[in-house]
Amino acid sequence: MAIKVFVPRDSAALSVGADAVAAALVTEAARHNEAVTLVRNGSRGLLWLEPLVEVETPAGRVAYGPVTPECVPALFQANFLQGGTHALRLGVTEDIPYLKRQERLTFARVGITDPLSLDDYLAHGGYRGLRNALDLPGDQVVAAVTTSGLRGRGGAAFPTGIKWKTVLNTAATQKYVVCNADEGDSGTFSDRMVMEGDPFVLIEGMTVAGVAVGATRGYIYLRSEYPYAFRTLNAAIDAANGRGYLGENVLGSGKAFHLEVRLGAGAYICGEETAMLESLEGKRGIVRFKPPLPAIEGLFGKPTVINNVISFASVPIIMDKGGEFYRDFGMGRSRGTLPFQLAGNIKHGGLVEKAFGLTLRELLYDYGGGSATGRPIRAVQVGGPLGAYLPESQFDVPLDYEAYIGISAMIGHGGVVAFDDTVDMAKMARYAMEFCAIESCGKCTPCRIGSTRGVEVVDKIIAERERAANVQLLRELCDTMLHGSLCALGGMTPFPVLSALNHFPEDFGITREGIAA
Amino acid sequence: MTSPALTAASLHDMIADLLGMPGALLPILHRVQEKLGFVPREALALIANELNLSRAEVHGVMTFYHDFRETPPGKTVVKVCQAEACQAMGAEKLTKHACKRLGTEMHHTSASGAYTLEPTYCLGNCALSPAIMIDGHLHGRVTQERFDALIEARQA
Repeated sequence: MAIKVFVPRDSAALSVGADAVAAALVTEAARHNEAVTLVRNGSRGLLWLEPLVEVETPAGRVAYGPVTPECVPALFQANFLQGGTHALRLGVTEDIPYLKRQERLTFARVGITDPLSLDDYLAHGGYRGLRNALDLPGDQVVAAVTTSGLRGRGGAAFPTGIKWKTVLNTAATQKYVVCNADEGDSGTFSDRMVMEGDPFVLIEGMTVAGVAVGATRGYIYLRSEYPYAFRTLNAAIDAANGRGYLGENVLGSGKAFHLEVRLGAGAYICGEETAMLESLEGKRGIVRFKPPLPAIEGLFGKPTVINNVISFASVPIIMDKGGEFYRDFGMGRSRGTLPFQLAGNIKHGGLVEKAFGLTLRELLYDYGGGSATGRPIRAVQVGGPLGAYLPESQFDVPLDYEAYIGISAMIGHGGVVAFDDTVDMAKMARYAMEFCAIESCGKCTPCRIGSTRGVEVVDKIIAERERAANVQLLRELCDTMLHGSLCALGGMTPFPVLSALNHFPEDFGITREGIAA
Repeated sequence: MTSPALTAASLHDMIADLLGMPGALLPILHRVQEKLGFVPREALALIANELNLSRAEVHGVMTFYHDFRETPPGKTVVKVCQAEACQAMGAEKLTKHACKRLGTEMHHTSASGAYTLEPTYCLGNCALSPAIMIDGHLHGRVTQERFDALIEARQA
């Protein structure tokens, strides 16, 4: 019987040569007359080990990595198809501590299955959640999601069940389900990994939302920077349509749900939900005033469920195992798990799905292994470009939505970007303002003008011009943006800026009291 | 370079299957750029006509989004990520190197027409930074040496 060999198709793995490794494996197997079945799986999320090749053995899947095409012949010589010893052998994949210590609920199948095989998905518990949901009235599905305590994983952490309930209770001739897959935050890639590694879980989650609230059409608004995810999603949607999991009559329930992927066009602001709706409608991605809430007047003016990829992808397990099961993970009002993403200057970058409540220090050192450069980690940005920079003194605060708000930080989409001690925090503050200026939709003045003025003020501080006065001015500008902006872009750009100022004043040439040093 | 072949009829054929879509403008602009490499000025009026929009509306949408180009790109389009995770691993130095190696500044095309260099803000490869994209192909852990090798491989 052919031996199964797994080489990820995840774009992170491809970015370091997974295709060439796969080709070398096929060639070498033929040369050795070995019957091999090559499976292109998603990534296990141990990204520093990519391309991570796995072999199915009686003892379980055995991992080797990072594999290069050049070392493939040596792997065959080492009898790796039987799990043989080699310098790159990492042992049984599931026993690798980085993976073993995780609590994978949303990512349960990612890296294990063939993302494009619907049968593989079904064999690993797929579509049990939807079958349960189809047996229940809509309000009971919504109740299960509410019980789970799931909050929006895109960053805003709004309770998903409440959103769904509003749409369910709003009468309309047409309702929509929209997935926000405009994962633009630097340091985040969990949406991408799900879409490339387990697309059916997202499709299932959106279908549950559709049948629960009575929406017959869904859109995935995907950023154009993710061409691999685009192809994978489209192939998965075709497969689901072909087997009756999507379409006019979902699994013979008499309920319709049609799903389509739409590409963004390189505008960060379209990750803001109302700008995303405008973009889906074929317009400039300009932020809308709220109210009306999208749950009442959303896409094309109709009630719309909008959730992030990870929120939808967490729904199938909730509908399969129950809201209580999911709720029992986590702490405080942060229930369930969050797939954290370790990025930037980190030795062991990758995906770590854990229940809320662990600390940044655990993520950075127990999982991340410290910085990639071997220098001390000085600052960590959590939650994307609008998230605060945390100094080491805050590494022990539990990762919980409320605890982070308590230190003027945010967990957001769970991105963790580490910087070593060579980082210049004044430069990072400048970048935050610059990024806001580049990506502002222009609708409100604090964001549009404030960001440009912000860059200028930081430039003056860097150039050592009237430092104390300009720092004061920068603080006042941040105050205006914080309170006067229409959406989170202008409203939260001050978080990285102020946290840089507050925790790393020496980089701005001032003391902690704001006096020129 | 102009696109003399672009007529109302040829544009219509290019986008006919998209016209029935709700909110069709972005998919249409993507299609035109995919086929022509950019969105020529004369396409705007034709698209406006097809969608019953004003030319100003189409122009407004096209120029709002960073992806759409008004002029043809170089033969190879290189995008270098400028976002935080890549900065933490030396994106700034890599960007300078890219400018030198490709003989062009950011947002520009080299005089030979061989390369267009563009900034991008996150390619979702933040654990393997710095990251770049060459003609839609993602690359991670890009050192200066690896950058040169990838560019050479593209030429070959």
